[in-house]
Amino acid sequence: MSGNDDIAHIEEELPLQDLPLDAWHRAKGARMVGFAGYHMPIQYEGIMAEHGWTREHAGLFDVSHMGQLTFSGEGVDEALEHLLPSDIKGLKPFRQRYSMLLDEEGGILDDLMVSRIGGDAFDGADIYMVVNGATKYDDIGWMIEHLPDEVVMNHMDEQALLALQGPEAGEALATLIPETAALVFMQSGPFVWRGVPLWISRSGYTGEDGFEISVPAGDVVLLADALCALPQVKPIGLGARDSLRLEAGLPLYGHDLTPAVSTIGADLGFAIQKRRREEGGFIGHARVMKELADGPGSRRVGLKIEGRLPAREGAAIYAGDVLVGEVTSGGFAPTVGAPIAMGWVSLPHAGLDEALEIEVRGKRIAATVAPMPFVPHRYRRKA
Amino acid sequence: MSRYFTDEHEWIDVEGEIATVGITDYAQEQLGDIVFVELPAEGTSFEKGDDAAVVESVKAASDVYAPISGEVVETNSALEDEPALVNSDAEEDGWFFKLRIADASELEGLMNEAAYKKFVASL
Repeated sequence: MSGNDDIAHIEEELPLQDLPLDAWHRAKGARMVGFAGYHMPIQYEGIMAEHGWTREHAGLFDVSHMGQLTFSGEGVDEALEHLLPSDIKGLKPFRQRYSMLLDEEGGILDDLMVSRIGGDAFDGADIYMVVNGATKYDDIGWMIEHLPDEVVMNHMDEQALLALQGPEAGEALATLIPETAALVFMQSGPFVWRGVPLWISRSGYTGEDGFEISVPAGDVVLLADALCALPQVKPIGLGARDSLRLEAGLPLYGHDLTPAVSTIGADLGFAIQKRRREEGGFIGHARVMKELADGPGSRRVGLKIEGRLPAREGAAIYAGDVLVGEVTSGGFAPTVGAPIAMGWVSLPHAGLDEALEIEVRGKRIAATVAPMPFVPHRYRRKA
Repeated sequence: MSRYFTDEHEWIDVEGEIATVGITDYAQEQLGDIVFVELPAEGTSFEKGDDAAVVESVKAASDVYAPISGEVVETNSALEDEPALVNSDAEEDGWFFKLRIADASELEGLMNEAAYKKFVASL
């Protein structure tokens, strides 16, 4: 018997590093795998159980591998608007936005969350950014190259990051920090818990209500223990994080998003506000405008799969005899109760309900272009 | 009946000329939640080491090899409706397929239960 671990396939030349919660994960019975250069928990009791728990209660995810950056200095908004296609000048204090780094050809270098700090959190920096773990050092290099000297970027590698996700996340976190109940989706702010300064945003990557909590590495064990002592909360591994985000229709960088694909094709045009489209002034703008006018060559789509056989990353997608695309994420979806996938399909075949076939081990299985998310989002928005 | 084990974490029960093949409890534990099992067609002949079945967990697909050469005489159809049987009862009801043994000498050199336990403990 042998297999490739889809989730942990990234090969690292450097020895894997330990996250601040490494011993904590092991003590909780986690199975650790290499991911993004770190030993990370892929599962504790099992992906199906952890996935279901997060959809019904609240799951705690260690996402400390991700890069946490701050930006400050004269002209920081203008400088970031050169790097990011999103509206930074219009980003109000304590608000967060989904954005991405694009290369000169409009290819996606990374996707990320950016927020305006407001107040004196993070030493009074102006902007807080969370980027993917596997790409963080490349992102930092890219940004150093493209930021003016007046803008100071700080990589907070002494800061851990937890995500608390699920319909009971709000109630759970409010028992430790009552003031967090006031946060709504994509809002963030500074909080203090037992004297520990936290930066908390109401966001996440599971499609559920929840939070991302930035905490000094030295205090993360205490916070993780306090959260998991609550009846609503269990630790959840990378495996369920992947199946949850796939059901939520959220793309995973390095799989569904790469430098070879564009924002408009990825159906992420919402991250480029009207003013930025019209005015431009960001790296990759020409590609965005061209694809808005002419349409992209191919699109990221959801795929409903007939039967029980999962179609996984790399599987070819056909319309009759014609190769029209490739699966970029796929697997069994526990909440849907069937296999689902995400893939890139050439435009004429990417319309909703388009009947396609996916080749799995020499066999063709029927698939249909389906709307995403596969499981409805349940974010807590402003009433 | 004798039970043999391979270092690919498969078990083989031998009764006369028929060998029943499955994956070990250790293997199912490593794979996690199993959501699909692709079984070979009856009548297929395998050489030792051929890809014989595929087991899909939530996170990945893994090959199951023919531990010895032989012809498939029966497959476990219960796995089609309930692949999780491999998780709940890997070494009995979660069997994969039965082979008519082509060359009994291939069984030599496989591990017995005690040796397999020792092998797993060393991993």
